[in-house]
Amino acid sequence: MIIEVKNLSKKFKSFTAVDDVSFSVEKKDIFAFLGPNGAGKTTTIKILTTLLKPSSGEIILDGCDPVKNGNKARYSFGIVFQDSSLDEELSAYENMELHAVLYRIPKKIRKERIEQLLKIVELWDRRREAVKKFSGGMKRRLEIARGLLHHPQILFLDEPTLGLDPQTRNHIWSYIKELNEKEDVTVFFTTHYLAEAEKYSSKIAIIDKGKIISQGSSRELMERTQTDSLEDAFIKITGEDIRKEDYSAVDRMRQRRKVFKH
Amino acid sequence: MAIIYILWLRQIKRFFRSKARIIGSIGQPLLFLVALGFGMGPIFEKAGEGNYIYFLSPGIIVMTILFSSIFTGVDIIWDRQFGFLKETLVAPVSRFKIVLGRILGGATTSLLQGVIVLIITIPVGFRFDIAMLPLALLFMFLIAIFFTTLGTTIGSMLKDMQAFHLIMNFLVMPIFFLSGALFPIEHSVGVLEIITKLNPLAYGVDGVRGSLTSNFYFSAGTDLIVLFIASILILLLSSYIFSKIEA
Repeated sequence: MIIEVKNLSKKFKSFTAVDDVSFSVEKKDIFAFLGPNGAGKTTTIKILTTLLKPSSGEIILDGCDPVKNGNKARYSFGIVFQDSSLDEELSAYENMELHAVLYRIPKKIRKERIEQLLKIVELWDRRREAVKKFSGGMKRRLEIARGLLHHPQILFLDEPTLGLDPQTRNHIWSYIKELNEKEDVTVFFTTHYLAEAEKYSSKIAIIDKGKIISQGSSRELMERTQTDSLEDAFIKITGEDIRKEDYSAVDRMRQRRKVFKH
Repeated sequence: MAIIYILWLRQIKRFFRSKARIIGSIGQPLLFLVALGFGMGPIFEKAGEGNYIYFLSPGIIVMTILFSSIFTGVDIIWDRQFGFLKETLVAPVSRFKIVLGRILGGATTSLLQGVIVLIITIPVGFRFDIAMLPLALLFMFLIAIFFTTLGTTIGSMLKDMQAFHLIMNFLVMPIFFLSGALFPIEHSVGVLEIITKLNPLAYGVDGVRGSLTSNFYFSAGTDLIVLFIASILILLLSSYIFSKIEA
């Protein structure tokens, strides 16, 4: 097991974001972590990636405890965040380069890989422009390219393909697949495109209101719910009612601003 | 080293790309220098304290460094809001290196602004001993390090810019006014004297003024030791607080 989570909980004052969650991910899995908005996906990822401290529970990440030994754990993973984490004053290339240095990618590989990835996300021609001039989709693409720059043991992707067109999503997924197959990178991702989860994941966990309510492969989930797509299975498992955080762009922004203010 | 260097370089690039910031950072000191220098100068001289431009110029240079250092330190709040902070926090790099790279970069940019203002004081009438310039630059650098670190420490504890004005008014301005930058501190008595002597910037002002005009209030040695120890202490505090940061 490359990721083991036991009885993980995270409380913010009176609100329990993650409630006694346990799951495990095997090496080389492509693990989809699904759930409606506000279910606790991002909080879980933040805890796994040392950005938040859990209230209780145990985590083992590639043989090491990220709570006690954050610095060591950080060597084993890479992450693409849900919201922006680029330096907007720097150019696309500079953002990539900074990341490469932070992750100690040797100079020789660095240049090659930056070029390859920027070409995949079709930003190579605009590599010298400041990121602040980029559109939302371009920033997203750059963010993903940057996250894929170093080839970690575990790759966390928090809604990586949100807002991207099918062509780009396809390119990105085939690169991720290749990483997974050739370099045995374990992938842990969240998404709202259930077709993506159905197509690429080897295992799925569904979380709702802070609790894991179902786990298995996508076929198992469909069999259990007697549905013929993961989307239907997902709705049957999590219920039909829409969550408080509606899924419009404006709400997303509001949500982000809320995050800023805390 | 590569990691500290790239984070240092980032601060330098950001500084040079923000033209408004450079102009702003030089405009305000220039205004102070001209308005105070020519407005208060005659009174200062009548009181028998000598040439005010000679007294004021080092103070204005230090003021420039103080404000720009605090600003560039507190900039960490913007990094948090724009999300870039997370990128550095999840990197497999010790937090100490991250914070050190930031501080060195920020301190370099404020030192640069101090040097620009130093050059500007010459046409206004300031003259100094070139041989003493390296010592003055050392003092300027130490001031930059101390206050960039202080700004970074405060910025690491704040989640938004709203508390920033509070800090400017109740911390930075008193530090500035009680440093001897604008008027001599040897006449301060009682509580003010104690505060002045506890104020690291007073030693910074004295160091820069002393080396440029060979007129120390404390002494070069005292100034160096105080600034050096204060910088080490604040660096330790800053890296501790930064290591506890959550995003």
